Amino acid sequence: MSTRPRIAVHKFASCDGCQLAFLNLGELLLVLAAHVEIVHFAEAGPVNPEVPVDIAFVEGSITTREDLERIQRVRKNSDHLVTLGACATAGGLQALRNLASAREWSAAVYARPEYIASLDTSTAIARHVKVDFELWGCPVSSRQVLGAVRALLFGVGPLEERDKVCLECKRSNIVCVMVTRREPCMGPVTRTGCGALCPRFGRDCYGCYGPAEAANTESLSRRFEGLGLLPEQIARRFLGMNAAAPEFAEAAMRTRR
Amino acid sequence: MSTERQIAIHVPVLARVEGEGALELRAHGDRIEDVHLRIFEPPRFFEKLLEGRDHAEVPDMVARICGICPVAYQMSAVQAIERAFGIDPGDWVRAMRRVMYCGEWIESHALHIHLLAAPDFLGFGSAIEMAQRHPAEVRRGLALQGVGNELIRLLGGRSVHPVGVCVGGFHRAPSPHEVDRMVSRLRAALPDAEALVAWTAGLPLPRSEQTFNSVALRHGKEYPMNEGRIVSSGGLDIDLADYERNFEESQVAHSTALFSLHEGKPYLVGPLARLQLNLDRLPPPVARSLEACGVRFPTRNMYHSIVARAAEILLAVHEAIRILSGYSRPTMSRIPVRPHSGVGYGATEAPRGLLWHRYEFDGDGRVRAARIVPPTSQNQARIEEDLRQSLEEYGLAHSDDELRRRCETVIRNYDPCISCATHFLQLHVSRA
Repeated sequence: MSTRPRIAVHKFASCDGCQLAFLNLGELLLVLAAHVEIVHFAEAGPVNPEVPVDIAFVEGSITTREDLERIQRVRKNSDHLVTLGACATAGGLQALRNLASAREWSAAVYARPEYIASLDTSTAIARHVKVDFELWGCPVSSRQVLGAVRALLFGVGPLEERDKVCLECKRSNIVCVMVTRREPCMGPVTRTGCGALCPRFGRDCYGCYGPAEAANTESLSRRFEGLGLLPEQIARRFLGMNAAAPEFAEAAMRTRR
Repeated sequence: MSTERQIAIHVPVLARVEGEGALELRAHGDRIEDVHLRIFEPPRFFEKLLEGRDHAEVPDMVARICGICPVAYQMSAVQAIERAFGIDPGDWVRAMRRVMYCGEWIESHALHIHLLAAPDFLGFGSAIEMAQRHPAEVRRGLALQGVGNELIRLLGGRSVHPVGVCVGGFHRAPSPHEVDRMVSRLRAALPDAEALVAWTAGLPLPRSEQTFNSVALRHGKEYPMNEGRIVSSGGLDIDLADYERNFEESQVAHSTALFSLHEGKPYLVGPLARLQLNLDRLPPPVARSLEACGVRFPTRNMYHSIVARAAEILLAVHEAIRILSGYSRPTMSRIPVRPHSGVGYGATEAPRGLLWHRYEFDGDGRVRAARIVPPTSQNQARIEEDLRQSLEEYGLAHSDDELRRRCETVIRNYDPCISCATHFLQLHVSRA
């Protein structure tokens, strides 16, 4: 029997992109596999969803009745449960369905509705079970997942980045795209972790790492208004990959009122 | 061997595929009653989510359909949107989009060959196990995957859900220095890509002779990625706009993905179909490598898909070097976009095959309706046809375990991307 710590990677409703934080590790993937035992990671090969593990990484949001039950079993079998990315942490882009009226959605006609069973919401893992640590991002990076594995194996909680993208830009001497180009940048309210990728590329941040600590969405919305955005356009800035994160969802609601 | 044997094989979670799929096989004696690739990945309803969004938001949204081929979704989308608005972003943008697509082909194909498919042929459960016995080959594969990712990052900032693509071009043009460094990396990867073609051709692949109708893009001059007409080995040759008149989608009970058929029959998309229909478009060094590898194309053996993938990696490395070698930084990396109402079609060759988009816009350039047909739903009927034929060839006298392994190998050979395949169905509300 192996005494290496055991990890599992579970998938719910998602694009599989966060699992790539592991699969894109290159040679480090082999190093990781030597230090931990990967007992369940269907895309990489091992399928043992019910085996107890030290750390379970969960990608994807909850959108079906079956998944409501499956996440309970994952929790029961895991010492630590870590969410992987925007879908698992906030419900993902697909949580936009939560805002549509059920009647409006179901009125859409299709051939054989009885074949498909889906909940009318897409929800974050923490809405259903206790989550020990959340990794934000759409997608999360290899640096984040390796950092989490390393910290948890040492028995400490991973260091959480809650700073704003804005601060990252200032630290990196990136020219502000909102000030100089009047781009409706989400940097002032978005959590860093991406390395201020979008402003670095001369474009507006679109909030894929979710809300930062003490995000002042109200003030940013007013600033967007000053840039000439209509209320509906402002709302849409918040309704992206983290549309159901409470801070962003409230900001969108407030603008639409 | 009793002819009364009842076979009931159920693999609830298929390993080494993208997304959630299951296999079901029921047979009685030597007769297959049912064989299904059951797709249960929950639909995410992307086409509905896009309604009402601004055209400029589409590239970042559709990327989220698939983490493994986000570039493909962005490319089909920007093409469709630009066609709807009647704009042409010009030669530089066109060239850089091809470079970025090369990166995704390299990344996605290398991932599939090494992490998903090759363990089947060499008798391992995963690439990590395979690395114990074949360390150099696995490392080479992971390194090629890394080169592909780096190429995507050059233009997109990150390889999963890149941020560089926009309607009209790119948010940023890389500096000549970055491009030079990339070209050196690509040149250094050429011997690995060459060796990979020979290695895949030498794998102990099962023999299987099948007839299938290949469908892919075809371009006047080059190997197809971002442009072309839709052609088939059966003689089809149509414009993108006529796709819906020639291909139909239907819904089946065992799948949350739609089934696509052409003239009522299954068809093949993906690297093998692409290669067979475009052998005369291969750059000479790739054609030479392919001729030397010992596998003859066109082929009727579906398992030669892995060789086709390796050949396309080599092609993508060569193409990226060719295009980037003449690089100069433009003054503008994008052209201005003036939206108006209209309909636009886009089709490109995703790593897994033809990816077709259609968007309808209102006068403000907001999405009125969207339709997306991904490669895996097009291949689904072909996969089931292949499963049936392969099992008949293989013989049902094998043990359950052997039959299961053979079926999984058949499915994985298509590199199904199940996350991609299942975002189309409209919502059926079942209240929690």
